[in-house]
Amino acid sequence: MAILNFDVQNQPRQAYASMAVLLVGLLVFPFVAAQFGNSWVRIIDIALLYIMLALGLNIVVGFAGLLDLGYIAFFAVGAYITGLFASPQFAALLESIVNYSPWLGNALVAIMGPDIVQNGIHLSVWLIVPIAAVVAGLFGALLGAPTLKLRGDYLAIVTLGFGEIIRIFMNNLNDPINFTNGPQGINGIDPIRIFNVNLAGEAGSRANVVIGDFSMPSVNAYYFLFLALCIAIVFVTSRLQHSRLGRAWVAIREDEIAAKAMGINTRNVKLLAFSMGASFGGVAGAMFASFQGFVSPESFSLTESIAVLAMVVLGGIGHIPGVIMGGVLLAALPEVLRHVVEPAQMAIFGQVVIESEVLRQLLYGLALVLIMLNRPAGLWPSPKHEDRPQAADTNKGDTFPA
Amino acid sequence: MDTFIQQIINGLVLGSMYALIALGYTMVYGVLNLINFAHGDVLMIGAMVGLTILTLLETFAPGLPGYVDLFIAIAGAVPACILVNIIIERIAYRRLRNAPRLAPLITAIGVSILLQTFAMMIWGRSPLPFPQLLSTEPIMIGGALISQTQLLLLALAALAMVALVVLVEKTRMGRAMRATAENPRVAGLMGVDSNMVIVATFAIGAALAAIAGVMWGANYASIAFAMGTLPGLKAFCAAVLGGIGNIYGAMIGGILLGIIESLGAGYIGDLTGGFLGSHYQDIFAFVVLIIVLTIRPSGIMGERVADRA
Repeated sequence: MAILNFDVQNQPRQAYASMAVLLVGLLVFPFVAAQFGNSWVRIIDIALLYIMLALGLNIVVGFAGLLDLGYIAFFAVGAYITGLFASPQFAALLESIVNYSPWLGNALVAIMGPDIVQNGIHLSVWLIVPIAAVVAGLFGALLGAPTLKLRGDYLAIVTLGFGEIIRIFMNNLNDPINFTNGPQGINGIDPIRIFNVNLAGEAGSRANVVIGDFSMPSVNAYYFLFLALCIAIVFVTSRLQHSRLGRAWVAIREDEIAAKAMGINTRNVKLLAFSMGASFGGVAGAMFASFQGFVSPESFSLTESIAVLAMVVLGGIGHIPGVIMGGVLLAALPEVLRHVVEPAQMAIFGQVVIESEVLRQLLYGLALVLIMLNRPAGLWPSPKHEDRPQAADTNKGDTFPA
Repeated sequence: MDTFIQQIINGLVLGSMYALIALGYTMVYGVLNLINFAHGDVLMIGAMVGLTILTLLETFAPGLPGYVDLFIAIAGAVPACILVNIIIERIAYRRLRNAPRLAPLITAIGVSILLQTFAMMIWGRSPLPFPQLLSTEPIMIGGALISQTQLLLLALAALAMVALVVLVEKTRMGRAMRATAENPRVAGLMGVDSNMVIVATFAIGAALAAIAGVMWGANYASIAFAMGTLPGLKAFCAAVLGGIGNIYGAMIGGILLGIIESLGAGYIGDLTGGFLGSHYQDIFAFVVLIIVLTIRPSGIMGERVADRA
């Protein structure tokens, strides 16, 4: 019997009490962590972003059983949308269009007006987030459409290729027309501003956010924003899981032909999983860009896609609390390694034998292999057996003799 | 016209390496219906082991002719890669043979990360120069240039492919492989040791990847721990283009993809009026993959549609 219990159906009172306890803990948490330095809160902020990504990927991989190896591309799309529409970058874009094709450029300049030509576009977060979600979702549908009628492993490779293509474009779309500013990335992205409160702190406030009489460091403000978003995503995905659509996803994951026979429009339902997962990625990307104030292609490598996948697999494919745990574990891992394992090595061997970065990679790889071999449902699997992904295929005639 | 011939030659060279790698994917897929995601990293291991052997040869047996050095390097890289690939099969795939498709793919990604990290720990993080063993004096063919390394590569690739065809079509083991690909259960009932066949398939794929890896290093003169990912992915695209599961398809697909890539990189600038340049070379393989999957998922030579649920 666990101390915290989230079984809303059978023990609602205990479940809501546990949730309240957890919420209070989460609200107090940054103020405690800040005692040890703001850099710790920053690490937690990044961890929350990863959890958002992992929850989004969980829809695709966990619920619908579609392996997406290029998930970080949607994160990138969200981040670059923010970079383009909430920074001076649009001015550079217009300038490069004028140089490339004067008549088109001048027409655009005439339409946009002098302010945008001078300063770029600075949309508010209320517009950026929906735009990022919709565009990333469209990218997801665009990518899924030609591949979703195929077997899952093809999809994995195509998504992986798509991730690479997006990265190649981010690196090279600075010439002749400067969309992405190439390998240097986009600088000076606006911080998030909600109800006239700048989450990065007003100029000269030393990154302190003041709301009424209350003031806190900027990283704490972002913590609360990301936490709210995470809770929203948890709520949406858990409602989705038990909806008609969620049931359809699981049916497809378990047996696509049977699902089709039951009247599920498998292509549309899969497409929906794909683009919904992508749009969560896009929102997380927009948050990331505003939080960092800077995006560059480096942040969106294949390693990142695999890190997010490792979170989902480690925690428990398809089980939301498990995925969150996987996200926390793997996002905190590099910091733990840096602060604990490296000094420990120094103490024992007198030098750093294995750098924490290398160790992190090793652990990611090992986690994927060992979990899949020994606990395919993850470290914290779903309590209900039917919510877990199948452990082994039923015989279909072409299997191997044991 | 000269540039056109030059691009075709470059494409053939690149394509024959893709074909060698693609064969490894396609054979494993034919027998197990599994994408050996770590195959590109086996190529990397081949190149790294080859380089280590060359370095050793330089210290202990200097003055050997370049061809001999290169052959010794390949002869050393082949067993190393075979060993690595057999270990991969044993650890990551064997227990998941009847598991849902997602599972072996995820372990394969894990193995790929592990191989790259081990390589990084052994051979370092930065790219290593690969010695130029053959004369760099190029040979003129019809107004285009080809280096001796590239000629050797074409010859080796052709030799390896002929040997593979003989093995698959003419030997007992080849027949066992084809039978297992057709129907593993019935093949087993006919007395085929399916474990043996699978190990042999992985070994042959690894040997071809080792040759490709060493020659990749010799051709590009630089290797790194992450070098295998992109060629591996592209070779997979080539295998799908040719019709996955079919060895002739992998050969044709590999060479075709190499030619598409080098022609594309050569002419994309002119075609788009300078808007896209040759640094977009890497996207062609994926564009080809998506087009093939949309129009003809079974590929050029594939008979059955890959969709078997």
